[in-house]
Amino acid sequence: MKSFDYIRPASIAEAIAAAAEPGTAYLAAGTNLLDLMKGGASRPDRLVDITRLPGLDGVDRLDDGAMRIGTMVRNADLAHDPAFARAYPVVAEALLSGASAQLRNAATVGGNLMQKTRCSYFADPAAACNRRSPGAGCDARQGENRSHAILGWSENCIATHPSDFCVPLAALGAVVEIAGPAGSREVALEDFHLLPDETPERETALERGELVTAIRLPPDAAGFAAHSRYMKLRERTSFAFALVSAAAFLKVEDGIITEARLALGGVAARPWRSKVAEELLKGAALERRTFAEAATAALAEARPSGDNAVKIELARRISIRALLLAAAGTPSRLPALPGSPLSSQYGDLANA
Amino acid sequence: MTYVLNLTINGAAQAIALDDPRVTLLDLLRERLHLTGAKKGCDRGQCGACTVLVDGRRINSCLTLAVSLDGVEITTIEGLAEGETLHPVQQAFIEHDGFQCGFCTPGQIMSAVGLIGEGQAGTDPERIREGMSGNICRCGAYHGIVEAVLDAQATFQDGVKRKTA
Repeated sequence: MKSFDYIRPASIAEAIAAAAEPGTAYLAAGTNLLDLMKGGASRPDRLVDITRLPGLDGVDRLDDGAMRIGTMVRNADLAHDPAFARAYPVVAEALLSGASAQLRNAATVGGNLMQKTRCSYFADPAAACNRRSPGAGCDARQGENRSHAILGWSENCIATHPSDFCVPLAALGAVVEIAGPAGSREVALEDFHLLPDETPERETALERGELVTAIRLPPDAAGFAAHSRYMKLRERTSFAFALVSAAAFLKVEDGIITEARLALGGVAARPWRSKVAEELLKGAALERRTFAEAATAALAEARPSGDNAVKIELARRISIRALLLAAAGTPSRLPALPGSPLSSQYGDLANA
Repeated sequence: MTYVLNLTINGAAQAIALDDPRVTLLDLLRERLHLTGAKKGCDRGQCGACTVLVDGRRINSCLTLAVSLDGVEITTIEGLAEGETLHPVQQAFIEHDGFQCGFCTPGQIMSAVGLIGEGQAGTDPERIREGMSGNICRCGAYHGIVEAVLDAQATFQDGVKRKTA
C-alpha cells in the first residue's frame, strides 16, 4: 500500500479544510477504501479520519416527520434500530442483505454511498479503466461483463453501483446532506451518483473537499411500511453483491394502489428509480398483470452492455416478485435471509 | 510521524507507538503484539479469519486501520478463556467438531461470540448460517459450527437464568 499522511480533525470544519488538497480521501470505517488501497486501485496521499467527529452518528426524527441519519451511523446499528426498522422495513432489509455481519458492524451510511463499483477491472490497476484512469479505455467491454450495467451505461464505462441500501433510499426520495468549503448543500440521492457518459471518473455529485454529513428521508417516506419489500438476486445465498435487485413500495386502500415506488439495484452506475413504473401502478389493483406491466416499463430502455442480456429479464422478474411480496404485506419480522427470493418463509410464493 | 494509541487488549491497557499509519489492526495484533490467533486469510474482508471484537462488536481486523482505533477495547481469541477454563463457544466448537484444519476457527469463534451478543439469530439455524456468512470454512465444517453456536447460546441462556433465578 502506498504511504499516506493520517489526519484526525476535531471538527467538521477542520476536516473540510484538511481535505481541500488534491489526493485527499475521507476515512470512515475504510472497509471499501482500504481494500482498494491494498490493491493499488486507490492511492490517496492523505486520509482525513472522520470517525471521531461529533454529531454525525444520530438517527433522529425531525419536527416535520423527516428522518435524518448521520453519516457515521454503522449499517448494523441502523438496520437494528427498532423505531427505524419499523418505519422503514425495506431499508433495514436492504442493509441486512448486503455484505457480512462483520462488515455491517463497521461500514457506515456515508461510506455506503461513497463505495466504489465492484467492476473487477476498476479494482485491478493493471487493467484499462476509464473510471480509474480517464482515457485509459475499458477492459470490461470485451471482458467478463456478466454482472455489468444494463441501464445508463456508456461506451466509456459499464460499471454498476453496488449498494443495496441506496436502492430503497432512491425510491423513497432520500436527500443527501453535504458540507463543504463553500458551505452546506443538499442533493437528491437519485442525482448523487453520476451516470458515466463521457466522464466516468466523475462518480458522484461531490466537489473536492465536500463531505456527506447525513441522509434524510422525507416525511412521506414513512407511509409505505405496511407494503414494501427488497428483493435481491445474487450468485450465492448470502454475502454477495446483487446481480439485480428491486425495492418496491405500495400504499394500498381498498385493494387499490394509491401510490407506488420502484427502484432497481445492480443495473446502472446509480440506483435506478422508475417513475414510469410508479405512474403505471398508481390507481391499479393488486394484480400480477399490473406488476408485470410496471416491471416491463421499468426495463423498457435496458440494453445489454456485454454478455449480460440475462440481467434484463432477471431485473424484470425480481421487480415483479418484489411488487407481489409488497402487495402481500411486509412481514412482521425480517426473514432469515433478508432480500432473498430463496427464503423458505412464504409458501407457494417463495419459489414462484 | 509516530502515532500513540491507547488500546485495551484482552483486558490489559496498553500504549502503543505506531510509526506507520498503514498498519491494520490485524497486522498490529499479529506482527507487533504477537497475538497470532486472528488469522490473515484473504486480507480483504472476504473470509472472516481475522475477526476480532472491537468494543464488543465483531469486525474484520484486516480492513481496519489501527491508527483510527485509539481508545477502544479489543478482544481476540487469546482473551476468551479464563485460565484453563475454555469459553463456552470454544468448548462447544470442540464438542460439535466445529472445525477440521482449524485455520478459520479463531475467526469463527470470535464471530460466533459476536453473533450471540447481537441477539438477532435466536435458535433458527438459518438465521445463524446467515449471521455467520462472513466466515468461510474451507474444510466445510459448517454443520458443526451451527450446532456449536446453538449449543453455546443455550449454555449462555442457562447461565443467565441461573444467575437471575
